[in-house]
Amino acid sequence: MNEQQQTLWQFMAQQSDKLLTQTLQHIGLTFISLIIAVIIGLPLGILIARKRKLSGSVLGVAGILQTIPSIALLGFMIPLLGIGAKPAIVALLLYALLPIIRNTYTGITGVDGAVKEAAVAMGMSKWQILFKVELPLAMPVILAGIRTATVINVGVATLASYIAAGGLGEFIFGGISLNNTNMILAGAIPAALLAILFDFLLSTLQHLNLKKLKTAAAILPMLLIIFACFYFIPSAYGGKLTAGFTPEFMGRQDGNLGLQSKYGLKIHTIVISDAVMYKACFEKELDVISGYSTDGRLKAYGLVVLDDDKKIFPPYYAAPIVRDDALKKFPDLEPTLNMLSGKINDSVMTDLNYRTDYLHQSPERVAKDFLMAHNLYRPERGGSAGIVRIGSKIFGEQYILASMYTMLIKGYTDYDVATKTGLGGTKICFDALINNQIDLYPEYTGTGLLAILQPLQKEIDAVAGDKEKTYTYVKNEFEKRYKIKWLQPIGFNNAYALMMRKKQAGDLGVKTISNLKQYLERK
Amino acid sequence: MIKVDHLSKSFGPKDSFGGKVKAVDHISFEVAEGENLILLGTSGCGKTTTLKMINRLIEPTSGKVFINGNNIMAQPPEILRRGIGYVLQNNGLFPHYTVAENIAIVPQLLKWDVKKTERRVSELLEKLHLDKSYLKVYPNELSGGQQQRVGLARALVADPPVLLMDEPFGALDNVTRSKIHAEFKALNELKRKTIIMVTHDVQEAFDLGDRICLMDKGKIIQNGTPTELLFKPVNAFVIDFLKEQRLQLEFKALRLNDIWKYLPPPSKGGTFEAHDGLISDASFWSAIERFKFIKTEHLHIKHQQKDEYRSAGFEELMSAFYQYKKQQPHE
Repeated sequence: MNEQQQTLWQFMAQQSDKLLTQTLQHIGLTFISLIIAVIIGLPLGILIARKRKLSGSVLGVAGILQTIPSIALLGFMIPLLGIGAKPAIVALLLYALLPIIRNTYTGITGVDGAVKEAAVAMGMSKWQILFKVELPLAMPVILAGIRTATVINVGVATLASYIAAGGLGEFIFGGISLNNTNMILAGAIPAALLAILFDFLLSTLQHLNLKKLKTAAAILPMLLIIFACFYFIPSAYGGKLTAGFTPEFMGRQDGNLGLQSKYGLKIHTIVISDAVMYKACFEKELDVISGYSTDGRLKAYGLVVLDDDKKIFPPYYAAPIVRDDALKKFPDLEPTLNMLSGKINDSVMTDLNYRTDYLHQSPERVAKDFLMAHNLYRPERGGSAGIVRIGSKIFGEQYILASMYTMLIKGYTDYDVATKTGLGGTKICFDALINNQIDLYPEYTGTGLLAILQPLQKEIDAVAGDKEKTYTYVKNEFEKRYKIKWLQPIGFNNAYALMMRKKQAGDLGVKTISNLKQYLERK
Repeated sequence: MIKVDHLSKSFGPKDSFGGKVKAVDHISFEVAEGENLILLGTSGCGKTTTLKMINRLIEPTSGKVFINGNNIMAQPPEILRRGIGYVLQNNGLFPHYTVAENIAIVPQLLKWDVKKTERRVSELLEKLHLDKSYLKVYPNELSGGQQQRVGLARALVADPPVLLMDEPFGALDNVTRSKIHAEFKALNELKRKTIIMVTHDVQEAFDLGDRICLMDKGKIIQNGTPTELLFKPVNAFVIDFLKEQRLQLEFKALRLNDIWKYLPPPSKGGTFEAHDGLISDASFWSAIERFKFIKTEHLHIKHQQKDEYRSAGFEELMSAFYQYKKQQPHE
C-alpha cells in the first residue's frame, strides 16, 4: 500500500498532533501513578522499617502485585473501575509500589547504626530523626527505587491504550493491528526515549552530592506534579458523546479516517481494545463504538448498528472460497456448499455468534440446531469417496460455518471431511488454500479485496461502495490470479460498523451515521 | 553528681531456668562532680549497656539513676539527652551535614540563635586544634582523629555538665590515640565535666581515669583509683586482668607522693630548681622518663603540701618503688 512507503519521519510529521497528545498523555499517566505510588509507598516503607515484623507481608503482597501480567491487571481493573484513566493509573501505581516500598525500607534500615544512635543520644525526637537523618541518608536508595518505578511505568503505560487511557500505546497497538511499521515505531521510539530520558534525569538527581540533595528533594515533587498535569491537558476537551474505537479502526481508510473525510464526523474519541469495547459501551462509559456487525456481543449488550448511509465501510459478505481443482475433484461439492447461500442474514449470524460467545454453546451444536431448524440437516452417510479439507480462521463465526459445511458435506455427499480450524489469520488460511493444504474456507469480500488483492485505491473506490460490485470484482480477480472460486455469498455482512446502545440511539433518534453527525453538530 | 542504684538490664528470651540473660546485674556506683570514671572490662561485660542506661538509650529493667539528685526517668528522654554529651566509638557524625552543622545539632535542638551557635562552634574548633577551614567540610573528608575531635566538639557544644563516652578512641591508631589522650587531658573544658567513659583498653583506663570500675559478667568487680586496682586488688580476677601490662601500669599509676617516705632527703648543697625538678604529684613513670632527657645523677622532687624536698638517683627511685610494693598485700 502507498502508506507503507512513506518514511517514519513523514509519518511522525503528519501525525505530529497525535504524537504530541499521546506523548503528553504517556508522561502524565506515568507520573500521576508515580506520585500516588510515592505517596502510598514511602510511608509504607517507613512503617515497615519501624515495624520489621510487617516487612515480610507488605513486601510479599507488593511482590505478588508485581508478578501479575500487566494485561491481566488492567483486565482486573475494568470491573472495579471501568475504563479510561482511573484503572490505568491504579494498575500502574500497583506496579510502581514494590520498588518504592522496598527501596525506602532498604534505605532506612541501611542507615548507619552509629549515626542513628548519635541522633537519638543528642536528643532528637523520632520525627526529627526521620526527617533530618533517616530520610536524607536513605534518599539515594529511595530515588533509585523511584527511578526503577518510573522506567517500569513508562513501559507498562503503553498498555494503557487497551483500556482507553491513551498514551503512546495507541500508535504501537494500532500499528501492530494495521501491520504499519511506521506507526509502531512512532509509538515505540518516543516511549523508549521517554524511558531513557527519565532514567537519566533521575540518575542525575540520585548522584547529586548530599548538599544539593536537599534542594533536589524539594524540586522532585514539583516536577512530578508538573509532569502529571500533562495528562489533563489533552483530555481537557470533551463532547456530547464519547466514541471508543479500536487502534486498527483509528488508522484505516475504511474506518475513522473515512468517517472524518466522508461524513465529517467530529466526535470525542478514545482508543480502546476490542476486548473491552462492547462492555464499556454497555456500561455507558462509551456511547459510540466501532465493532463488527455480526459480533455476538451486539446482542449480548443490547447494541444497535448505525446504518452506513454513505457506504464507507466496504462490504464483508462471507462466502466459501474453493480451489478450482478441488471443485473438479469433488463435483458434488459446489451445490452442497451453496445450500447455505442466502440462509443467514446479519441478525441470524449475530444470534449464532451470541450463542457460542456468550452462552458458550459448542459451534457444532449451534451449527446442528440451525441446520435442523431449516430442515437442512441430514445424518452422516459415512461415505468414502474422498476427503474434503475445510479450514477456518480463529474466531467463533468461522468455527460455526466450518461445522455447518462439515455436516452438509457428510449428509448430502459421499465425501468425508477433515477440518483444520483455528488457522491464525487471513494470510495463514489463504496460504493453506493456495498450497493445497485445505480445499476451502469461508472468506469475506472486503478481506479478499483489501487484504489479499490489495488493488490501487481508485479501484477500491470504484467497487467498495457496492456489495455486488465488490463480490464480482473479487470473484473475477481470484479466478484470474489464483484459480480460486468464490461460491455464492452466505448472506450476512460482517463489516465494520458504528454501534450505539439501542435505547440511547432511540432516544436521540439516531439511525444512521449521518443522523449521528447531525446530532453532534446540533448545539 | 551521678548516682547509679541497683541498675539491672536483661535481654532476649528466657533461658531454660526461666530467667533472662542479665547484661547488667544490680550494679551501683557514684561519680563525683568533675570526676572521670572509667567503666573497664572485656566485650560483653555490660559496661556499654550500663553507660547507655544513663542517657536512656537503653531502658533499665530495674534500678534507678540520679543525676544531680534527679531521677532520669522523671523527664522525657529527648530533654534528658540534650543535657548529656555523648561520644561514640565510630563518631556517628552525620555524613550529610558539614562539620559546622554536625557540631551545631544540639544548639539547633535547643533553639539557640545563630550568632551564639557560630561563636561557640568556632571556640570549640580552636580548643580542639581544628582549622576553621574544616567548617564547611563533610566528615568523610576528615581523618579518623579529626572526626573524633569533631565528635567530641559536638558532645561539648552545649556545655553539658555530664559527658558519656563509649570507647571514644577505640577506632584510632596508637599514635593518634596517644596524641588525643594528651589533648584530652589538657582540655580545660573537660576538667569541669563529670565523665563516664567506657573502654576495654587498660592503658587508656589508667591514663585517663580518676577512678576505674572493673566489670565482668554484668557485675562490678572492683571500683577504685588506678593505684587501688594495682596495689589493693580485691581478687584474682583483678590481678589477672592487669597482669600483662602490670609494670608499666604501676609506673604510671604510682605518684611520687606514694613513695615519698622511701625517698632519700636531698644531698648537701642541692637546691630545687624548677627546670629540672619535679613536683610530687607527678607519676613514677614521668620521674624515670626524666633521666632520659636530663643529664643528671639526681632528680630533685618537691612535695607541695609538706614543702619538703627529696633527691634521688635512678637506683634510689627503683629501690623506693620496690619497698613500696613490698608493703602492699602479696599478689
